[in-house]
Amino acid sequence: MIAELGHFALVLAFAVALVQGTLPLLGAARRDATLVAVAPPAALVQLLLISIAFGALTHLYVVSDFSVANVAANSHQSKPLVYRISGVWGNHEGSLLLWVWILALFGAAVAAFGRNLPVLFKSRVLAIQALIGVGFLAFMLFTSNPFERLDPAPLEGRGLNPILQDPGLAMHPPMLYLGYVGFSTTFSFAIAGLLEGRIDPSWARWLRPWTLAAWTALTLGIALGSWWAYYELGWGGFWFWDPVENASFMPWLAGTALLHSAIVVEKRDTLKSWTILLAILTFALSLLGTFLVRSGVLTSVHAFASDPARGVFILALLVVAVGGALALYAWRAPSLQGGGMFAPVSREGALLLNNLLLASATATVLLGTLYPLALDVVGGPKISVGPPYFNATFVPLMIPLFLALPIGAVLAWKRADLVGAVQRLWLAAVLTVALSVGLVLVSDLELGLSLIGYGLGLWLILGSLADPLSRAALAGGGFGRFWRRLVGLPRASWAMVLAHAGLGVLVIGVTATSTGQSERILTMKPGETAEIAGYEVRFEGVREVRGPNWIARRGTFTVSRDGNFVTELASDKRFFVVEQRPTTEAGIHTTLLRDLYFVLGEPARDGAWTVRLYHNPLVVWIWGGAVLMALGGLLSLSDRRLRVGAPRPARVPAAMSAG
Amino acid sequence: MKAQLERPATPGSNRRGWLYLLPVLLFAAVGVFLALGLGRDPQTLPSVLIDKPAPAFALPPLPGRDERGFSSADLGGRPMLVNIFASWCVPCRIEHPVLDQLAREGVTIHAINYKDAPEDALAFLRALGDPFDRIGADRQGRAAIDWGVYGVPETFVVDRGGRIRYRHVGPLQPRDLERTIRPLLAELAR
Repeated sequence: MIAELGHFALVLAFAVALVQGTLPLLGAARRDATLVAVAPPAALVQLLLISIAFGALTHLYVVSDFSVANVAANSHQSKPLVYRISGVWGNHEGSLLLWVWILALFGAAVAAFGRNLPVLFKSRVLAIQALIGVGFLAFMLFTSNPFERLDPAPLEGRGLNPILQDPGLAMHPPMLYLGYVGFSTTFSFAIAGLLEGRIDPSWARWLRPWTLAAWTALTLGIALGSWWAYYELGWGGFWFWDPVENASFMPWLAGTALLHSAIVVEKRDTLKSWTILLAILTFALSLLGTFLVRSGVLTSVHAFASDPARGVFILALLVVAVGGALALYAWRAPSLQGGGMFAPVSREGALLLNNLLLASATATVLLGTLYPLALDVVGGPKISVGPPYFNATFVPLMIPLFLALPIGAVLAWKRADLVGAVQRLWLAAVLTVALSVGLVLVSDLELGLSLIGYGLGLWLILGSLADPLSRAALAGGGFGRFWRRLVGLPRASWAMVLAHAGLGVLVIGVTATSTGQSERILTMKPGETAEIAGYEVRFEGVREVRGPNWIARRGTFTVSRDGNFVTELASDKRFFVVEQRPTTEAGIHTTLLRDLYFVLGEPARDGAWTVRLYHNPLVVWIWGGAVLMALGGLLSLSDRRLRVGAPRPARVPAAMSAG
Repeated sequence: MKAQLERPATPGSNRRGWLYLLPVLLFAAVGVFLALGLGRDPQTLPSVLIDKPAPAFALPPLPGRDERGFSSADLGGRPMLVNIFASWCVPCRIEHPVLDQLAREGVTIHAINYKDAPEDALAFLRALGDPFDRIGADRQGRAAIDWGVYGVPETFVVDRGGRIRYRHVGPLQPRDLERTIRPLLAELAR
C-alpha cells in the first residue's frame, strides 16, 4: 500500500512536471498571465509529491518491507536504523529518487524565494527546471522504479554494502547532490536568459545565490567523500583521481569559474556569453557525472550496477538537455552585446585569467576521465589514466592560478594600477618568502614541489588576509578605528577572504600529506614496539568484538612519545555477517598537526600480525580548508545585499517573443 | 543593455558566429563517443598481448615458500593459467576457492604476487590454501605492468607455445570456468 502510494505520487509528479514544463513556456511566449501563473504552485506541488514518494521509500526501509525489490536488495533487519535510512540512497533507484527530490526542492525554492524575479523570467526558469524533472522522472518510472514489488517476498534482505554503512557516507550523497543538482538552477537561469535574449547585471545578481548555494554544498559534498575515503578505505589517501571523483570535481571546477565570471557580469555587464556557457557546462558536467556513474561505461568503486537500457536513457537525456541548451546558445548568444571594456590589468582581467585556468583544468580532468573510453571506442588498448597524468597536467595549471589569486583580488575594476596592488601585498609576499625559507631551515624540507606547495598555500592565506587588513590600515587612525573599519567590511568581502584563505589551508594540507607522509608496514607480535615519526607504538594485541551486524578482530595500540602517553588506538577488521564482506576500520588519532593512522592487517605466523602505520602531517587541514571555503560560501550567501536592492528591470524586453 | 534591446537577435549577423557553434559541435563528438562506449562492457578488457608471446620477466621466489621463483622460461609446454593476486585484494579472496578447484583438477596455475609483503602473501596462502605451482614475487609491480595488468585479480591463459590466449579481469567465478576457462584449456590441450 505504502509502496503503491509512493509510486502513484511519482506518476503524479511526472504529470505535474509535464504541465509545469510546457504551459508556462507557452504562456511566456504568448504573454498569457494565466498560463504563466501555473509555474510557482506547480513547483510547490511537485516538491510535495516527490516528498511523499521519498517518505514512502524511507518508511519501507525503516519497517524493512522486503516485498519491495529495492528494499530486499539493499537492506536487512539487523542494520541499525540510521543505515536503514541512509540505505534509501545507497543504491541506484533510491539515489535517483533523492536526485529528483533535490531537483524539486530547488524548483520550489526558486518559486518560494525568488520574489524579486520578474514573473515571466521566473516562470521560464521553473519550466526549464520542470523539463529536467520530466526527463529524470521518466527515467525512474520506466527503467528504475524504486517501488517495484517482489513476489514472493523474501524473509530477509540482502543487506547494504558494508563500506557504505558509515556516518560519513550517509551524509555524502545528499550533500553532493545538493551541489550537483543545485547547478540545475543556474542552468535553468541560463536557458531562461537565452530565451528572453536578455542577460544583464540583474540576471547575474539573481543567479548568484543559487550558484553560491550549489557551490557550497558541492564543496562540502566532495570534502565529505574524500574524508570518508580517507578513514574508511584504509589506504591513508584522500583523493584517488577515480573517474567518479573526477565526475564530481569537474562541476566543482566549472562552478567555481561560474561563480567568479558571474561577478564580472554583475559588476561590469561583460563576459556574458562566456558566463552563460559556463552555467550550461557546469550542469552538463553534473549530468555527465550521473551518466558515467549509472551507465556502466567506466569501472569505478562508485559505479552502480550497470544496465544498458539505463545507459541509453541517460545518454538520451544528456543529449537532449545539453545538446539542446548548447544549440540554443549557438543561436542566441551571438546577439548578446558585451558591456564595458577593460584593461588587461584589472579585476575583470584577473577574473578572466581565473576562468581560463579553471576551464583548462576542467578540460584536463575531462580529458583524463574520458580518454580511456575514447581510446577503447576507436579500437585502441584499454588503459586507465591515473594520478601521474593528473599530477603532471592539473598541478601546473593550479600554480599560476594560486600565484595570481591574491593579486587579482586586490585589483580595481576596469583599470587597476599594479603599484597599488604591490603596496597592499608586499608585506604578505615578504612574509610568505620569509616563512618558506624558515620552513626549509628548520625542517629537512627539500627544494622542490613541496616547497612550492607550502609557499603557495602561505601566499594564499597571507595574501587574502592582507587585503582587508591593509584597507583598514591605509585609512589611518588609531586601533579603534582600524577595528571598526575591519568589522564594517561587507560580509561578501569577508566571505572572499575566508574562501581564499581556506583554499590556502587546503593547499598546505595536500602538500604536507602528499610529500610528508611516513608509512611503515611490518609484522608485530603483541607487546612489541615500533617507531614511526618519533612516536613509539606498542602493539597490545588482538581481541574479538561484536557490533550490531558485524563481528570484528580489534587490534589495539598504545602510542607514546618520549615516554609520555599520547593515546590508545584501535583498528578493526570487521566482518559483516549478512553481506559476507570484510571492512577495515583504521585507528586514527587527529591533532591539528598530524594524524596517526593505524591499520590492522592479516595474522602472520607465531601470533604476529601485519600492521600498517601511517603518520600523515597536517592532513586535517585538507578538510578544514574545504570547510573554510564552504563557510565563505555561506557567509557570502548571508550578505543582505544579495537579498535586497537587486535591480528590477523597468520594462519587458522586446526580444523575448522568440521563446 | 539598451543597445542590445534595440537590436533584434539575428543569427549569423556576427562574423564570429561560428565560434558559438563550437560548444555544441564538441558536445556532439563527446556524445558519439559516449554512445559507442555504452555498448561495451568495461569488465572485458581485451589484452593487446592476446596471441602474442608472454612478456619476458624473471621474478624472485616468495621468501619462505620455496626457492623456485617464476620467469618466462616456466611458461609453455602445456596450457596453464597465470594468476595475478595480492593478499590485500578482497576479490582475490573470493576468487581463491575457484583456483583451488582448478588446481585439484590438475590445471597448472602459476602466480604473480603483486605489490605484496611476502609475509602477508604467505599468511594469505596458509589461510586459504595454495593452488599455485610457481609464484613470482613482483614487489614493485614491474612484471605486472609488462603483462598489461589493470588491477588485481587478473588471470591469463597461456598455451603450449607460451603465448597468451585469454585474459580475464576481476575474480574468476565458477560460471567463468564453465563458459570460458575449461573449454579453452580443453581446446588448447588437444
